[in-house]
This record gives sequence, structure tokens and C-alpha cells, in this order.
Amino acid sequence: MMKKRLLAAVLAAVMLSASATGCAQGGGNTDSAAAGSAAAAGETIKIGGLAPLTGNVSVYGIATNNGVKLAVDKINKAGGVLGKQIEYISYDEKGDAIEAVNAYNKLVQDDKVVALVGDVTSKPTIAVAQKAVKDGLPMITATGTAADITKAGDNIFRACFIDPFQGELMAAYAAQKLGAKTAAIIYDNGDDYSTGVANAFEAAAKEAGMTITNKEAYQSGSVDFKSQLTKIKAGNPDVVMVPVYYSDVALIAVQAKDIGLSAKLLGADGWDGVLEKIDKSNLDAVKDCYFCSQYSAESSDPDLQAFLKTYKESYGADANMFAVLGYDAMGMMAAAIEKAGSTDSDKIVEALKGIEYKGLTGNTTFDENRNPVREAVITTIADGKYKFVENFKK
Amino acid sequence: MDFFSQIINGLGIGSIYALVALGYSMVYGIVQLINFAHGDIIMVGAYVVFVILIMMNLPLWLAVLGSILFCGLIGVVIERVAYHRLLVRDAPRISLLITAIGVSIFLQNLFQLLFGSDAKSMPKMFSFSPLQIGELQITSSTVLNILVSVVMMAGLQLMVSKMKIGKAMRATSEDAGAAKLMGINTNTTIAFTFGIGSALASAGAVLYCNTYPQIKPIMGGLLGLKAFVAAVLGGIGSIPGAMLGGYLLGVAESLTNAYISSNLTDAVVFGILIIVLLVKPAGLLGKNTREKV
Repeated sequence: MMKKRLLAAVLAAVMLSASATGCAQGGGNTDSAAAGSAAAAGETIKIGGLAPLTGNVSVYGIATNNGVKLAVDKINKAGGVLGKQIEYISYDEKGDAIEAVNAYNKLVQDDKVVALVGDVTSKPTIAVAQKAVKDGLPMITATGTAADITKAGDNIFRACFIDPFQGELMAAYAAQKLGAKTAAIIYDNGDDYSTGVANAFEAAAKEAGMTITNKEAYQSGSVDFKSQLTKIKAGNPDVVMVPVYYSDVALIAVQAKDIGLSAKLLGADGWDGVLEKIDKSNLDAVKDCYFCSQYSAESSDPDLQAFLKTYKESYGADANMFAVLGYDAMGMMAAAIEKAGSTDSDKIVEALKGIEYKGLTGNTTFDENRNPVREAVITTIADGKYKFVENFKK
Repeated sequence: MDFFSQIINGLGIGSIYALVALGYSMVYGIVQLINFAHGDIIMVGAYVVFVILIMMNLPLWLAVLGSILFCGLIGVVIERVAYHRLLVRDAPRISLLITAIGVSIFLQNLFQLLFGSDAKSMPKMFSFSPLQIGELQITSSTVLNILVSVVMMAGLQLMVSKMKIGKAMRATSEDAGAAKLMGINTNTTIAFTFGIGSALASAGAVLYCNTYPQIKPIMGGLLGLKAFVAAVLGGIGSIPGAMLGGYLLGVAESLTNAYISSNLTDAVVFGILIIVLLVKPAGLLGKNTREKV
């Protein structure tokens, strides 16, 4: 408690002195102010954070926030950004869009952050993005997958793949690496994720010169897929794309094997967890399948392994995809500020657009919609375990 | 060839509907109660298999036997606890129906509390090579489903027509009051019917787990509802009718998925219910008895 108060007092003093210098210089540009007296006084670069730390979706928020904090620690230990320490100020928005906007206002007006890493779930992220566009504040969401988020404006970025990207990626993988000429799709047409990935896969596969033999839908909650799979089998495809969540994957894979469908099964990150939903006696049903995800805990990347270890030591739990993406999102923002050589919003945004960042999830650049373009991790299942195959970029 | 495969697929799932429909049909036949908790008995049966086979790691035959016995017992207990007092007091059928829905909700929530709401995976229970007839390949689970359902139905039909308890069941369903006067213990007979119906549902549960290796506490809802439609389609109260209804429904589902649209599967199932009720309310094999006023 004492420490916190002391810190707050010091920070308040720093802030006062910083604004005082700003006034004294008659509103000169920020660069010289930062490079001048402030660095000596230990001024920090303030980056805001938003995450649901309580409430329904707190599991996601806590993991993301923890990942961000580890990134800040690492950057600060290595000397910080522009010679200054990063100060990460995060607020709990409880998974609520209104709370998120209020917290955002506080970050911008009271805390005067220069950039924002957040929010976590799609709905509050969209609300905050609309505000950030008006302020021109550089913003990167670690995990918001809804396409609308980055459409809000030029200064909104994200660290995670959007759903359709995975469909395109797997279509490219099937064509280039698996040599597939024909493909079939089975998907849940009551689910946005599944439909989004399926449609993107179909379009990209056709573009890559593959033939789609069948595209079969099923209703959410179905357990019998034999009719659809029988039709797919008749079309004799090389691969079958199954862009659904792990519970359904377990049922579909077992029935596909039952009816003697021998095509390789492909999937997206919804497959993660399938091993826990499939009994040992049915494991051969998912043998030889390939699915993509944002990272793989089995990857041999030393940075990732170090992160997983530190995370476990710091928080007593295993890091998940949200933590890894949170870490990378903060890393990208810090790298952009360093590259911009300034905390000026426009310069940071420009720097982010052209950034090439090597993070835990691979080498990232941004496309014209400020969505990440990078290698995805292709995973397969062998001997009842997930096996890292390779990194793949379409 | 593809068409025949689809028919076979339909018969595979239809067998499970049929086994469950038998329970609906028998209970309706004897006390005119549509036992909406019947679908959840399948879920109970599936979880008993899970507990014995996976959690206690005991052999399969014990799991199957245990599940059938436990469900039979649960059927009797439910009849005694939930329905018996209403039946002896000749309460209106609507009270029984509401109680049945209550029992269903109770079972679903109890099992969510005990095992959590997420799906549990089940192992492959019976594995033998698929049947090959020319180009037509029939999976082992489908062969098993059809075989077991036919044997069960034949056994049940035999019991009802030849055995003493079957005679008692028929008499009770014809006229419970007169049956009692003739020295038949109608209470025991009714309880027995519930027990047999539930045991059949648990056989359905075993086949279900083998075919779709995943169970969850709400799995009985839609399955029970579809089996009910099967029972109505075949003629509720008739044993061969329940089987026929189950098979027809399974095939209708399979063909809709294959040749029309998977979006319409449930619409077709419940459309069948509406058409049967409009055109032939007694069902395909049901007797057209007039309601006594």
C-alpha cells in the first residue's frame, strides 16, 4: 500500500514537471520534450489497457492482461522504449461495452495514455474502437476477432487472426503442402465462426485451383452426420475441411472413420481441445488431420518456451492463446513506438502499419485492413498427442 | 448405391428412435400417459455406462447390464414417487403430463450438478468389421443398432402376447378396473411396464453411446421428442408401430439431410407429427378407438 502511494506521488510529481516543461517550452513538439529533461527525471510512456478482469468473460481478460504485463516487464527490464520505462495502466471493464467506454475516457482524459492495448472481447472492443478513431489514438486489440473492429478506422489494429483468414490459410496449405486437388466441407450453419471459415475456405480453395466436391451443412446440436459424410465420401475428395469446435469435431471424425471416409480432415483453431473430447479407443479417427492455430505450445521456439515458463511461475497457471496474444500485442505496440521515435499518435500509427514484428506467434506484418499477416502454426495429432508440424504462411 | 447407403444410415439412427419409442408406446398404452421424462432415462442410462465403464474401469458387459438394471429400477422408482399417487386417485391426465415434464427437468439438472454440463467422451464399445454387401458398406454400429432393436422388439412382442405378465398388461390397458376385479395386481403391472420401458431406453442409450461417442445431460431432450414423434407416427400403444415409426423417422431424416437440406431436418420430423395428427391421428398401425366421454 505504502509503495503504491509513493509511486502515485512520484508519478504525480513527474506529470506535473512534464506539463510544466511543456508549458515552459510554449507547446514545442513532443519529441524534444521527451528527449530533454523528462528522461532524466524518469518519465514513463503510458500505455493503457482494457480487459474484463471480473464477470462472465474474465477468463479471457485475466489471461490477456497477464500476458500484456509480462511483455511490459520484459521490455522495461531491457531498457524500455525510447529510453523510458513503459507504464501500463489497465482497467477492468467487466466485459461490458459501456464500462469499457467509461474506462477508455478515463485512460485518455485522466491518465493521458499514448496508446491502447485492448479490448479483449469483440463487442466492447468495437465500442472502444469507435471512440479511439475519433481521438486518433493508436489501438491494438489482442484477441478481438470480429471483422468490424479494424474497419472502424485507420488507427485500429489487431494481433489475432480473423476467422476467415484461417479458412484461406488452410485452403492454401491443402493445395501447396498436401497436394490436394479436391476438397469437401462440412460445417455448422448455425454458427458464425464455422460459416465464416467454411466460406473463406471454399473461395480460396477454388482460387487455388481445387475442386469443391461437396459442401455440407448441419444444424447446431446435431449428433448424426452420417448422411452428410456419406455424400462427401461419394465425391471422393482428397481433404475434408471441418471448421467447427472440438466437441463436434470428435463426433464428426469418429463417424467419418466409421463409414470408411479416408480423406484427410482439416480444421481451424476451434479444434484445439479435441483430444480431451475423444476417447483413446477412437483416436485413430483424428490421425493424419491438420489444423491451424495462432501458436503451438509444442513449438520449439525458445522465446515461446521461456514465456510459457515465466507465465507459469508468475501466475501459477498455464498460459493460453489469450496470454500469448496479449504478450505479442503489447510487444507490437512498444516496437511501433520505438520505431516512430516519438509518442505522437500519427507517427505510432504509421509505424505500426509498416511494422515487421517477431513475436511468440511468429513474424507479423499488417495487411491493408490492419489485420495480421503471419505464419500460422500447423498442428497434427499423432500417438494421442498434438504434434507441431510447421509454421505456414499463405 | 448412394441412395441405399442413406437408407441404411436412416435405419441406424431409426433403430435408436425405435427402442425409445417402444417405452413411450408401452407406458401410453397402459396408463394413457405421455411420459416426457422418458428421453432423459436414455441420458441416465448413458451416464451409468460412463460411470461403470470409465470411472470405475469395469468390463463392458457389466456396464451394459448395470445400466439396464439401474434404468429399469429408476423407471419403477419414478413411477412410484412421481406418478403413482396421481394414477390411483385418477387425477386428470394433464397433471400427469406436467409431472412428467417436472421429472425431466429434475433429471437434467441433477446430472448437470453431478457431472457438469460439458460433454463426456465415450469409448468405442463394440468393434467388429463393417458388413460389405456388394458395393454397399454397412458400419458395425448400424448393424448392431438394427439387430438389437429387432431382437428387443421381437422379445417384447413375445412377452406381451405369450407371457402371464403380458396378459396382465393387455388386460390393464383394456380396462384397469375390470382387470383388478379379475384378480390382476394392476399396480405391479403398471410399475413393471415403466421398468421394462426404461430398460429398453437404456439399451437405446448403450447403442447411442456406441454410435455417437459423446454424452451430455441435455442429450435426452431432442432424442426423446423425436422418439415420441416416432411413437405417434407408428401408432402409439402398438409395439410394431413404434418400431415402424422409428425406422421411418430415421430414414426421413437421413433422406432430408442428403437430398433436401440439413436445415429442414427438424422441420420434416415435426411436420410428420402434424400431418399424422391431421390425417390419421391413431398412427399407421394404431387402433382407432373412440375416446370414452
